[in-house]
Parts: sequence; C-alpha cells; structure tokens
Amino acid sequence: MDRVFRVCCPAVVAETSTQNARTRRFRFNWVDSFLWFIRISAIIAIVVGLTGTIQNFLDGQGPTVEQWRDLFVSSISTGAMYGLVALGYSMVYGVLGFINFAHGEVFMSGIMVGWIAAMLLFENGLWDANPFISLAIVLLVAMFTSTLIAVLTEKIAYRPLRGSPRLIPLITSIGVSFFLQYAFAGLFGVGLQTYPAPPGILSEDINVFGVPIEGTKLLVIAVAILAMVALWYFVTKTKTGRAMRAVAEDKEIAGLMGINVDRTIVTTFAVGGAMAGVGGLLWALLFRNVQFITGFLPGIKAFTAAVLGGIGNLPGAMLGGVFLGLFEGMGPLLVLDGLGIPAVSQLKDAVAFSALILVLIFRPTGLLGERLGSEDRA
Amino acid sequence: MTDQTPVLSFRGINTHYGAVHILKDVDIDIYAGEMVSLLGGNASGKTTTLKTILGYVQPTTGEVLLDGVSVNDWSTADRVAHGVSMVPENRRLFKRMTVRENLEIGAYLRSGEDLSTDFDRVFDLFPRVKERLGQKAGTLSGGEQQMVAMGRALMARPKVLLMDEPSMGLAPVLVAQNFEIIERINKAGTTVFVVEQNANMALSIADRGYVLQTGRIVLADTAQALLQNPQMREAYLGEV
Repeated sequence: MDRVFRVCCPAVVAETSTQNARTRRFRFNWVDSFLWFIRISAIIAIVVGLTGTIQNFLDGQGPTVEQWRDLFVSSISTGAMYGLVALGYSMVYGVLGFINFAHGEVFMSGIMVGWIAAMLLFENGLWDANPFISLAIVLLVAMFTSTLIAVLTEKIAYRPLRGSPRLIPLITSIGVSFFLQYAFAGLFGVGLQTYPAPPGILSEDINVFGVPIEGTKLLVIAVAILAMVALWYFVTKTKTGRAMRAVAEDKEIAGLMGINVDRTIVTTFAVGGAMAGVGGLLWALLFRNVQFITGFLPGIKAFTAAVLGGIGNLPGAMLGGVFLGLFEGMGPLLVLDGLGIPAVSQLKDAVAFSALILVLIFRPTGLLGERLGSEDRA
Repeated sequence: MTDQTPVLSFRGINTHYGAVHILKDVDIDIYAGEMVSLLGGNASGKTTTLKTILGYVQPTTGEVLLDGVSVNDWSTADRVAHGVSMVPENRRLFKRMTVRENLEIGAYLRSGEDLSTDFDRVFDLFPRVKERLGQKAGTLSGGEQQMVAMGRALMARPKVLLMDEPSMGLAPVLVAQNFEIIERINKAGTTVFVVEQNANMALSIADRGYVLQTGRIVLADTAQALLQNPQMREAYLGEV
C-alpha cells in the first residue's frame, strides 16, 4: 500500500516527511510540561505549608518542641521497620527482576507466629522475668517463620515460573499474597491478636546524649541498625553474598563460574525473609497487634520505600524506609497542617504515597538508584 | 599424540533448538597443551558448540567427553569444577563488583583456599590488573576488561580454557595484544580452545583448527595447512 502510494505521489510523500521533521523539531511535549507543572506546584505547596507551620509554631500554636522531637523519633523507628521489610523487595527484585508482592505476608507471618511464642512466654511468666531473652526468642521465631514462608513460596510458586515473562511471577505473587492472608485468617481467625505489654523498662525514656527517647523506639532503631550491618557484612564480605551479587548481575555467567544459581536464589529469599522477620518483631514492639491483613499496608509501604531508595539497592532500601517513615510521620503536621487542612493525621497514607510519586517525578531512579544503561535494562 | 586421551572431545554431537538442527555430527578432539581454533561465520554453530561443552545446551545425540569420561548428564558447575572455564564473548564482567571480587568469583569453587599464587599468576600476565583491583569492573576500558575476563577464567585453574570471540569489539592493536597473551597462557601449559571469526589471527597462534559451516565441520587440519588451504583462503581469509 505504502509503496504504491509512494510510487504514485512521490511529491506528497516528500512533503509529509519534511512536515514530520518540522513538527518533531518544534514539538510541544505535553508530558514534560505536565511534569514541570507538578514539580513546581509541589514545591510551592511544600514551601507554603512549611511557612504556615513555622508561623503557627512561632505563634505558640500546634505541637511543642518535645512533641516534634517524639514525632521525629517515632517516624524514624517506623521508617527503620519499613526499611527492613523493603530489603526483601529490593533483594528479590535485584536477583529475579520482579516485585514479590507476597513479601508483606512473609512479614505478617513472622509477627503472627511470633505472637504465639510471646503468649507462651507470657503465660509461663518468662516475659516479665526475662524480658530481653523473651524478645530474643520471639525474634528468632519470627525470623524463622518468615524465612521458611519466603523459601517455600520461592520453591512452590516462583521456581516453576523461572524464565517466563516477568509479569507472570508478579501476578503469581499477588495470588500468593492472598493465599497467605486467608490461610492465616483460617488458622488464627480474623480478629486482632495482641502482644503482651512490652517489659516496663522499654516504656521508660532513656537518655541518649541528653535527649530522652522512649526505650521501645530506641530498641527498634538499634535492632534495625544491627540487622542492616549484619546484612551489609553478609552481602559484601562472604562467599555467598558475593555469589548473590554475581547472580543479580548476570545469572548465566555466575553459573559459568560454578555458582549454583538456584541455591543462591533460595538464599536471597531466605535472607529477605529473615529481614522481614526482624521487621516483624519491630512491628510487634511498636504496634503490639497483628491480624491476617497486617502485612498488606506495611508491605506496600515497604515496596514504596524500596522504590524510593532505588530498587535493587540495599542501602537505598533502608534509606527509603527511613524517608518514608519521616514523610508519613512528619509530613502531615509539617506541611498539610500549615496549609490549613483539617485532621491531617488521617492523611498519613496519602502523604506517604504522594511522597513516592514526588520522589519519582524529581528523581526517577530513586534516591540511591543508578541510572540503568540500556544493556542493564534486560 | 593419538594414543593419548583427549582433554575434551565431541563424539558425533547433534543439537537442536526446537526443530532447527544446529550442530550436525560434530567430532572434535582437543589434547592436553594444545591450542585449537574453531572457525566459522555467523550462525555457523560456534556459540552452540561452547554451550554444549558447558552443558547449557544438551545434545540430542552424541557425547561430550572430558578426559575420556562422558559428561552429558553433568551440571555446568560440575564441568567447571572438572576444569573447564570460559572467557565469554564481550567479556561479561560483573560490572558493579570490584576487579578483585571478579577474580575471586572466578575461583568460586575453591573459595576459602589460599588464592595468592593464582592472583600472582594473573598479575604476572596482566600487570595492569593489579593497579585496578579496587576499582569497579564497569569503569575499566575495553582492553582492561578483557584482561580481567581472562584473569577471572584463569583463577579457576582450568585444564581447558574456552575463549569465545576474543577479538570481538576490540581495537586491532588490542586484538593482537590479546592473542599474544592467549599464546603465553597456552605456552604456560593451559590447553586453549578459541572460537573465532577472525580466522587469520586465530590460526596464526593455533596448533590446529576446525572450520564449522552451518553446523558441520567442513575442514579440520593443522593451522599451518589451513592457512595454505585454497578453499580456506577464499572463504575465510578474505583473499580471492
């Protein structure tokens, strides 16, 4: 058709092609201008909101310095928990290139089974007698459960799909997510299960460089830092960690070096699961309750944190978690309150996800993400 | 030489990708200490030959033998452990890892052992690599990456070193330098199997050569004889 057209009317063809070239040169790009519009309005909204809040603060309205400080600490500790869960998303993405949406349920399973351990310890009086040993036991139980669930989902659900288009394991992971949610609903009931109250020492304030910080929050932050350091050591200094990074970069060549690729992938799921288990203990410390649906929102937020930090990048996942914690914890009061929006704390989830969109508009690769070269893009 | 057991051999290998017949009755023998070239144009089956050696492709009929033992049902890792290692086409380094880590991964199956003599051997061949140890492999120049890729393969202490298109994507000066290094590796006692399109270069350093054409070995002779072969000169050496 085209050829015939070209043969009969060469002049017309020549004209349209020059026209194309011209429109290309002077094309007004709607997408870019829309993005600029969003960027500028976001900056204006943030600046106006911040000024309003500062004005209120100077007028002696709104939260006091102490309240701001506590808010900051609890945002960081919630963020640290998101960060630990985010690591699992990022690691699996790094190795297999898909988002494992069942990871939130891996996290929930640790909290759930950890709760059984906590109740048993509580009934035997150990919870109050040896609080830190009890917490350590709950931590181990949560880590073990999450690791087991993560490894089983890999073996049963994802391994048979190896080599299929990435959309397929992605959809499967959503199926696995629902399966796990309702399996736990069946086993534990749909009600909220409540952890016994954390040991008394933790609810007291502890002075850190003269700043009083609630014990629980401090423990959460300390555990998260320890877990992250352990993971960093594992990934960069051990043989298995090196193999994991090699598999993430190039499975075929990693196999050529004698690395067992399947086993390395299982290890990746296991380590991600263990980190989610640690995150589960932190959740229990911070919020004390668990339900079959508990994994959903934190899971999505941890995924957001992973994208925020630059998916596939482990320090990025942790940083993304802390940023997300700060955005959702402080954002509403810091910015929305100043804009005169009522009941801002109800909007924390909206703020968290708006933050994701904004970060991606300003920096599409995430905070620490590397720009992908065309050959890395697979 | 004939009563020796070949380090690596193909016995009547046929491979298929789906219905497409790739390798057709391929027989290859490589003896210890030799440098053998496999020559052929695009889509002649060169890469499939390498993949079959490493077990990424299973032959439909025929056997791959390492030291006279059939390895058809061995995993890639087992074959690597037995002493086959490859320098892949386009080098394929782990770009986000340091040069040192790349080399350590090369000796992955011997992790935990003392690797200092292996490192020394690599530094001896490629002094430049020593200067770059702490650098991310992705930041090296093409020539340096080629050195690291060869070093990485040597870290496994291979009995047979497979080279997939070592001249691909390199400047002519570097290609010549590269082949010099391959020759040195071979002289130092490692058996080398080079798969190349650049027939002139490959034959200039090889002991023997095979010519692959649409999946079939059409010529097999000493490198010297192949360089003289009129058919060969016409088809592959760019002379009329």
